[in-house]
Amino acid sequence: MRLSTKAVTLLVLSLVIAVAPLFFPSTFYYRVGSLIFINGLAVTGLVILIGYAGQISLGHAGFFGIGAYACALAPAHLGLHPVLAAVLGAVLSGVVAYVVGKPILRLKGYYLAVASLGFGVLVAMVLANEAWLTGGPDGIAVADPGLRALLRGFGVDLSNAQFWYGFCGLVLVLGAWLALNLYHSPTGRALRALHGSEVAARTVGVDVARYKLNAFVISAVYASVAGSLLALQNRLVTPDMAGFMHSIEMVTMTVLGGAASVPGAILGAAILTALPQVLTVFQEYEQLMLGLVMMLVMIFMRQGLLPSLARLLRGRGG
Amino acid sequence: MPELMQFLMSGVTVGAVYALVALGFTIIYNASDVVNFAQGEFVMLGGMMTVFGYAAGLPLPVAALVAILATAAIGVALNKLAIEPARGAPVVSLIIITIGASIFIRGVSQVVFGKQLHRFPAFSGDAPIPVLGATILPQSLWVIAGALAIFVGLWLFFTRTLTGRAVLATANNRMAAQLVGINTRYVMSLSFALSAAIGALAGVLVTPITLVSYDIGISLALKGFAAAMLGGMGNPKGALAGGLLLGLMEALTAGYISSQYKDAAAFVVILGVLFFMPQGLFGTKTTERV
Amino acid sequence: MRLLTATALAGTLAIGLGLAGPAAADIRIGATLSETGPAAFLGDPEAKTLKMLVEEINAAGGVGGEKLELVLYDDGGDPNKARTFATRLIEDDEVVAIIGGTTTGTSMAIIPVVEDAEVPFISLAGAIEIIDPVRPFTFKTPHTDRMACAKIFEDMKERGFTRIGLISGSDGFGASMRKQCLDIVGDYGIEVVADETYGPTDADMTPQLTNIKGTAGIQAVLNPGFGQGPAIVTRNYSQIAVGLPFYQSHGVASDGFIQLAGEKEAEGIRLPGTALLVADLLAEDDPQKPVAVAYKTAYESATGTPASTFGGYAHDALRILVDALGRAGSAEPQAIRDAIEATSGFVGTTGVVTMSPEDHLGLDLSAFKMLEIRDGGWALVD
Repeated sequence: MRLSTKAVTLLVLSLVIAVAPLFFPSTFYYRVGSLIFINGLAVTGLVILIGYAGQISLGHAGFFGIGAYACALAPAHLGLHPVLAAVLGAVLSGVVAYVVGKPILRLKGYYLAVASLGFGVLVAMVLANEAWLTGGPDGIAVADPGLRALLRGFGVDLSNAQFWYGFCGLVLVLGAWLALNLYHSPTGRALRALHGSEVAARTVGVDVARYKLNAFVISAVYASVAGSLLALQNRLVTPDMAGFMHSIEMVTMTVLGGAASVPGAILGAAILTALPQVLTVFQEYEQLMLGLVMMLVMIFMRQGLLPSLARLLRGRGG
Repeated sequence: MPELMQFLMSGVTVGAVYALVALGFTIIYNASDVVNFAQGEFVMLGGMMTVFGYAAGLPLPVAALVAILATAAIGVALNKLAIEPARGAPVVSLIIITIGASIFIRGVSQVVFGKQLHRFPAFSGDAPIPVLGATILPQSLWVIAGALAIFVGLWLFFTRTLTGRAVLATANNRMAAQLVGINTRYVMSLSFALSAAIGALAGVLVTPITLVSYDIGISLALKGFAAAMLGGMGNPKGALAGGLLLGLMEALTAGYISSQYKDAAAFVVILGVLFFMPQGLFGTKTTERV
Repeated sequence: MRLLTATALAGTLAIGLGLAGPAAADIRIGATLSETGPAAFLGDPEAKTLKMLVEEINAAGGVGGEKLELVLYDDGGDPNKARTFATRLIEDDEVVAIIGGTTTGTSMAIIPVVEDAEVPFISLAGAIEIIDPVRPFTFKTPHTDRMACAKIFEDMKERGFTRIGLISGSDGFGASMRKQCLDIVGDYGIEVVADETYGPTDADMTPQLTNIKGTAGIQAVLNPGFGQGPAIVTRNYSQIAVGLPFYQSHGVASDGFIQLAGEKEAEGIRLPGTALLVADLLAEDDPQKPVAVAYKTAYESATGTPASTFGGYAHDALRILVDALGRAGSAEPQAIRDAIEATSGFVGTTGVVTMSPEDHLGLDLSAFKMLEIRDGGWALVD
């Protein structure tokens, strides 16, 4: 029985997540792992926007920030449980994405880039300036979601890092499954069509504006959930979660591993999350090594790491 | 009234800086359709190298010249080593490459120049000049003069010289340009050298006012990019107008509305302009081949 | 394709594995500082100081015969990275204590990790929230921003100012100090009649200063901030001739500030600083003098740059830690923590430190000195 690419991808992903802890030399790697999964979730959303729909966004960290701050503010001001706050954050991000996306998605290329950039900068600015609500540039603490205590009630006692490793891994697999499903769905086909040529897609009856907006909203929700997970794990949110540099990081991870491929983007997230940890040996030279790696990968593997490696392995005939 | 004058002085000073950065973006975009996010680093390098040259004993004009030439060389190297090899890559990849280049340049600067803030003396002193009840620094006049001079120079270059028109031809259609005998490789190198030199000049002019450290490039690149888009990417007139407008909006918002949200106001206006004029203020309407 | 994903993911983790440090018998202490990023101005001298001091201590035989090993990471001012490095220091590098958290954001991110793992942490950031409420394993060496405000307001009250203006940086340091100042300003009979802000990378603050200058009855101006902002504000202040007494914060307490702002422009500025800046002006019998002079000389000859109070914070943190190690007699985190808390009469560059279970800072206002910039140098205001 031949398994579809989608099933195999998900299987391998789940396997790696489940088996990797056996190789961890210390519990620190749970932390790295959960960060990889959080970033992986955010970039999976961006794959839908950048890879499938061919748009660009340099402000998606804004949605990450909205999801993160929802988990901090909703419990404090609305008395919501932190997990419900995450759901609220996702809904809020979706709504904001809809409202903001409708006008800015009419723009193309670099103009869309600068408009999305402006959005991200505005979100970060509001989060940093409205200290009476958001705690200002130093951020605010997030209440304990009590999920570990819940598990303890079932007799499973995990450390903070272990729990979040597993939980984030679970959410990532779920997110990847949804994104892969989307690829083969009518929505996915519409997105891929408009990526190829908007005019042609419109000619065959695809409502280009609507589908672009859908992609934008879906990717915003992914980013928001990722932000909520980080907030709940770190128990702290700061405005730079919504900042320009974080948006750039997210886009870089997506493109590095292969913008059109979910496993590729997750690989990109894994590499760019683990890389700073690995590069600490270079001390002073860490930044320039990072820049060098980014340039070299994009120059020699312009489709992204995974597709290029795959083509290489499949042989020139492929 | 004197307050308004002061806000305008501030806006024009800062705006001239943004305009210089935006002009740098324009040239490279005109030549290669690439938005070079490392443009801010050229400004930083211009300022930094002048600081160190001056500290090493060179007279200020000589240090500045050396810095500008060295930065131009770095611009050419960037083109040869990072942009040319990635010819034909998707837009997103090119963005990542130039961002990677900016991180790389920052990383090298961090090691070579250190992480502290630096400055060198203003060209004609620090005595503020009174203008209609407000004051402006002599150095600000240098910055504004520099922006105008570069703008005029570029306009003349692109419209009156053969090389300038060769650059425009290469941007329009590389293959056709090669067919009529234009050495497109030389044109590309020239564009990057020019763009880097302009960025470096901006850094030299502006450091006595804003100081320089290894990481000032990021926010400058951001503002310069936004200014270039506001004015219409690819048009020197647009870069100048966009930069000045951005600076003025920031100063007027800080003065009259709220200093906290002055950056926000600028972006809101940019977004507003782009909705009604998707090509920016002076950008040309492009036709997309299906 | 899928085999590829698996090998790639596993490979990435393996690289990280391979570079994990080996365990050693030395006393291992960890540090995560903002050597790069927006707070590099602070973090860079801190890192240089720690490295210099560890070398010095080891050259003199170490602590109780054992060498110190410093594991230093650069979090770039990113609280998320700071938390990750704190976790790495504790779980992977197995340090017995952590010094770090250059900024309040990074410190606040590190605190839950150290409290959970019960490893002592000495923060180098200013905000009062770090040690208020007191947490068992968290200490700090710099004065709180609240104390800086108090010192400044004391001086203002003495000079008879009742209406002042604020112009603050919108970064964490500036915003936090502004908040603390607004909180306590009423206690000194002073009213804030103008309240402007600027971004940390802004190039021109004349609009904000013009508004302040134009406010009726204003008598003095205070600028909470650090880095290039205050230097530019100072130049602008002079440019538009505001003409009012000008106060800076301890965030610019370094010789570098005077050079950047310009000697003429900075003339007459007052700010609260530690003994380090005026080490040579201290009285001969001042217990801080030998400590401050020794550190200043060592730092300036090792790095060729002037000493700053931020490096001083790191110096004090490490000296307190080493002192605690000596008193604790063991390198167990809990014992070290208890010994740090019992620090009494310890003479550092920041002041004379006496900690207690309720006070994990151990300094009071007397350690802060009101300084004035005169002729391009520092002078004590008595």
